[in-house]
Amino acid sequence: MENKATYSHTDPMLKKRDEFEDMLEERRNSSDFRYALKCYTPVVYKNLTPCDANSLKSMVLQSDQLHYVISQVSKETGRTREDLQEEASGIIEEMAHRLQLSTVRFFAFALCKVFKTLFKSICVNEDGIQRLQQAIHEHPVVLLPSHRSYMDFLLMSYILYTYDIALPVIAAGMDFMGMKVVGEMLRMSGAFFIRRSFGGDKLYWAVFSEYVKTILKNGLAPVEFFLEGTRSRTSKSLTPKLGLLNIAIDPFLKGEVFDISLVPVSISYERILEESLYAREMLGVPKPKESTSGLFKARKVLSEDYGSIHVYFGQPVSVRQLAEGRVNRCQFSLTPRYIPMRPNEDVQTFVNDTAYRLVRAQEENMVLKPWVLLATILLQAEDLERGIPLEELTEQALWLRDLCRQYGGFLHWPDHMTPSEVISSSLSLHHGLVRLSEGNVYLALSGEAQSGPVSPEEQVLSRAVPVLSCVSYRNQALHVFVRPALLATAVHTSASNNKQDIFNTFSFLRNMFCNEFILCPNATVQDFEEACFLLVKTGVLQVSQQEMVVTPRGHRTMSFLSRLLLPFVQGYQVVCAFLCEKASDTLTEKEFVQAIRKFVIKQLLSGTLRYPEVLSSDLQKNAFAALLRLGAVHKVKSVDQTGLKINKVTVNSLEDTLGGKLPTPKASVARL
Amino acid sequence: MKWNGWGYSDSRFLFNKKGQAEFTGKRYRLSGMIIPGLKDWMEGTFGASLQHKAPATPILNSTAVQPATINEAFVEEVKATTIPFSVEAEDRVFRAHGHCLHEIFALREGKIGRVPDMVVWPSCHSDVVKIVELASKHNVCLIPYGGGTSVSSALECPPEETRSIVSLDTSQMNRILWIDEKNLTAHVEAGIVGQDLERLLNESGYCTGHEPDSMEFSSLGGWVATRASGMKKNIYGNIEDLVVHVKMVTPRGVIEKSCQGPRMSTGPDVHHFIMGSEGTLGVVTEVTLKIRPMPEYQKYGSVVFPNFEQGVACLREVAKQVCAKSLSCFFWHALKPQVSSIFTSFLDGLKKFYITKFKGFDPNRLCVATLLFEGDREKVLQHEKQVYDIAAKFGGLAAGEDNGQRGYMLTFVIAYLRDLGMEYYVIGESFETSVPWDRVLDICRNVKARIIRECKDKGVQFPPLSTCRVTQTYDAGACVYFYFAFNYRGLSDPIHMFEQVEHAAREEILANGGSLSHHHGVGKLRKEWMRETVSDVGLGMLKSVKDYVDPNNIFGNRNLL
Repeated sequence: MENKATYSHTDPMLKKRDEFEDMLEERRNSSDFRYALKCYTPVVYKNLTPCDANSLKSMVLQSDQLHYVISQVSKETGRTREDLQEEASGIIEEMAHRLQLSTVRFFAFALCKVFKTLFKSICVNEDGIQRLQQAIHEHPVVLLPSHRSYMDFLLMSYILYTYDIALPVIAAGMDFMGMKVVGEMLRMSGAFFIRRSFGGDKLYWAVFSEYVKTILKNGLAPVEFFLEGTRSRTSKSLTPKLGLLNIAIDPFLKGEVFDISLVPVSISYERILEESLYAREMLGVPKPKESTSGLFKARKVLSEDYGSIHVYFGQPVSVRQLAEGRVNRCQFSLTPRYIPMRPNEDVQTFVNDTAYRLVRAQEENMVLKPWVLLATILLQAEDLERGIPLEELTEQALWLRDLCRQYGGFLHWPDHMTPSEVISSSLSLHHGLVRLSEGNVYLALSGEAQSGPVSPEEQVLSRAVPVLSCVSYRNQALHVFVRPALLATAVHTSASNNKQDIFNTFSFLRNMFCNEFILCPNATVQDFEEACFLLVKTGVLQVSQQEMVVTPRGHRTMSFLSRLLLPFVQGYQVVCAFLCEKASDTLTEKEFVQAIRKFVIKQLLSGTLRYPEVLSSDLQKNAFAALLRLGAVHKVKSVDQTGLKINKVTVNSLEDTLGGKLPTPKASVARL
Repeated sequence: MKWNGWGYSDSRFLFNKKGQAEFTGKRYRLSGMIIPGLKDWMEGTFGASLQHKAPATPILNSTAVQPATINEAFVEEVKATTIPFSVEAEDRVFRAHGHCLHEIFALREGKIGRVPDMVVWPSCHSDVVKIVELASKHNVCLIPYGGGTSVSSALECPPEETRSIVSLDTSQMNRILWIDEKNLTAHVEAGIVGQDLERLLNESGYCTGHEPDSMEFSSLGGWVATRASGMKKNIYGNIEDLVVHVKMVTPRGVIEKSCQGPRMSTGPDVHHFIMGSEGTLGVVTEVTLKIRPMPEYQKYGSVVFPNFEQGVACLREVAKQVCAKSLSCFFWHALKPQVSSIFTSFLDGLKKFYITKFKGFDPNRLCVATLLFEGDREKVLQHEKQVYDIAAKFGGLAAGEDNGQRGYMLTFVIAYLRDLGMEYYVIGESFETSVPWDRVLDICRNVKARIIRECKDKGVQFPPLSTCRVTQTYDAGACVYFYFAFNYRGLSDPIHMFEQVEHAAREEILANGGSLSHHHGVGKLRKEWMRETVSDVGLGMLKSVKDYVDPNNIFGNRNLL
């Protein structure tokens, strides 16, 4: 602990956050029609040379970068340049946005109506909007909202339109284009479409990256994309994808712009529209293909109350400031800038750290509703079916409320209401997931009546649906607790109170779970110290030079924290067990998902496993990815499929280490 | 000459009793003229005010000068050689500085740091040989001094130097030794000042065509030692293209080539150890230069562009088509119109109306290129047409000969402006770089923005002047000048702050693919970046040369390495 003196934490409780304003309130009191036709004159980038969608396309098609790549590809494949140029035009036609104010006005009108029926309020931090406006004027801006719902990007554009902010162009997945009319409408409201996978397609990559860079370099519009790449079905933030961020940062690194502002935006839904859809998807019911008619079927959701939405525009982050002292930009001056280069290690680490930093910024400003705490408590009940007596739930909720605040969670607990009012209103908003009878609160496990005879397996699956929905609410709070929870688990599983031992275990667990939670690579020591700081501050742990001891009054927190992580620990153990015991040598990657599901169902039925949430394919995939990363499983590619080679010794020892049966190996990352 | 400012004592800007700006003296075209726009520009750009003056210490106080550290044995032997020398405070202070802002600012405040302990005036090569031998014998530190126009802290005496420091002033070595009309070369002593060299050659019908902005004061030896560049380099070349033969006296002896062949394949060119050595290896005493007959015909010209971007694009195109071999010469102003309009009248009357109203140029964005064509009449006219045709393609409008010539004059006068600024709390500096064509616009934008940002972060009350121009074009890139100035009222340590901003600006230049210096040199001001500029191995090469040539660090100005 050499750097102890220089290391200090700002208390997360003191975090300053902006106030929210409800933007629907005005909409309820004045004409939507007039609102849709309002005068819209946003502040634009100060060095902007206006440019319409068509000249943007031709700028891209005539760019040096594209010409270079075309001649490369032409050499490699023998195709003519004209042919490739034509393909490039095709790609850009398929991709490009056609932002039209009239369409945006139409959406604004329609969304107004929809939002007013669905939601009680849409709360926005107006200070954040002002900062954004300033940022757009100064530098090209990248908007980075969290992604929990299909609604996210329409909602974003709706808010920006309302506040007279420049409308963004938005990177959207190609699957939206399947919806004919809606796809085109989205295009006209600023979406541009990218294929989900284009791994080796150099030409596609060149067109796509040049398109994004041209918009950014010239400050034509804020560029919006989702760092997480896709909607998180579990409400946990996903490991950030770096492709688009790399592209967006490139113009700065190459000196083509003075700076770029990255603006994290946190969108929190009190009730997620896709709630049970996601749960089903996690349980193996495939997600319905996006189609226009599907969207209309979703009309039934219109009759429900979805509470409120909170949108928090975070502090703009200057790429220049982040890169200061980390990236030597001189490296880009030895090659012409239109030649695409693989970023070197420095740059990769920089972009990766930046991405994590931004996702954490999103997490930090996610608003947590009381229900999130209730879901957390209900899932920790001894018996999910019996639930918890209302008074006990209330008491625990108040305790957890205080803990959450101490750990810096952005909790919106209505202090003007009595605790029981808060709780009963939460329960009634989520009446589909939770029941109250005879003073007991419990999950609605037998919620949906099913027709015909049901096999025990099917029953397990259908009972897991509300559990997984509930889990997705609990997950919203995980980022607040994950570091202390890892430490609490490490303290419990470590053989001794020795600080170094505990750190080793912490480091092992953290490494194991870094596909599961947002844990920035290379920040093990920092995370450990953060966790220590929080637990010491709240009087849970006493830390001396050598030892870490739980205080008598710390046991409650410790057991809460380790129980929070327990489903994940056990889930990963089950995956390990499956791979050791049941997996045949011929198991392929495709079969894995089905096979593990069967295995988990059996474990649940036999009672050896308590947590239905282990059925979540998300957890299983994350565990699998972790095992791949740790070298316990290898992919063996053959012609038509990908087989798996399992190193059973390693898997077995990981399983035992997770269970605390084996001592943790020395932390490889860093000594404390 | 001024002891604490730029140029001749009789020439300076001042505000006369009526509050009008005036340039004094008789030496320049601008001399004796009233410059009406200057006051408004100073007030408008910097928030300066005639009421707030920051006057300089009028005369040198010799008690502020440290007493000389005299090496008696050395002095005795110098006396014996009859080479003139001096230990007078004024002589020593005059040779202790170049023209960096911090150097002049300190003088104006009457602050004097480490200065040479003695000045010697050798009058020929063999005098220099004697001095260098004696210096080596008595372990005295020598600092060569030419015109004193350095802007890289190259002339500053290293404060940690404990030996006696002797300034070796080459000004008495100022003769043209011979002119060879068959080979078109001239052999010249290195102390000659640019304008004298040009004047003397002109008398014989020749010129070198080397015209750095400082040519009135800077010396041939200084050009060689810093790898200088002149305004007409497109026609005549930079100093490295002009030099045929060099003689330099080092502690190891004299280095020179055995013949005057126009090009040699004899390993790495030893001239390149000399050019840019910045006085760390020895003293350049004699140089053979290429000369040319004086141009038959000269014509100035100027072009107005709607914006800087178009102008740069045009310059690039001109560099491509007319290329360096041609007989044309450009330099380029991207100063705000107010600045150049102070001196040039390109925006007066009808023309102004035509450009801004009829052609729709935004007066705040337009910029001017000034041109000089030289050579035989026919070629000049042909090139002129070619250049104006290209300019027209980039939206450029010809703005007349007169403006071209005035713009050309401005180059010599602009250095006097800084002294005026300092009288009114405005400090400024220019610095340069060279950069590939494709990065010119990016580097200009980013460096200007960085300067403004740094000033803001450091609490400068008034927004700074942060502007640039392209002054030289090459096949593969251009030389860019940045100008940075601000009003320092209310700042406790303006020079320190200024240096921080300049440092940040240089970092920004390097990060954007610009060079450490195009022609100002490294000196002590920029040597912290030498390693990354030339790589470890490169720096090692230079060090090993220094170690061989001057193992006892007799030439101890500590520049470059």
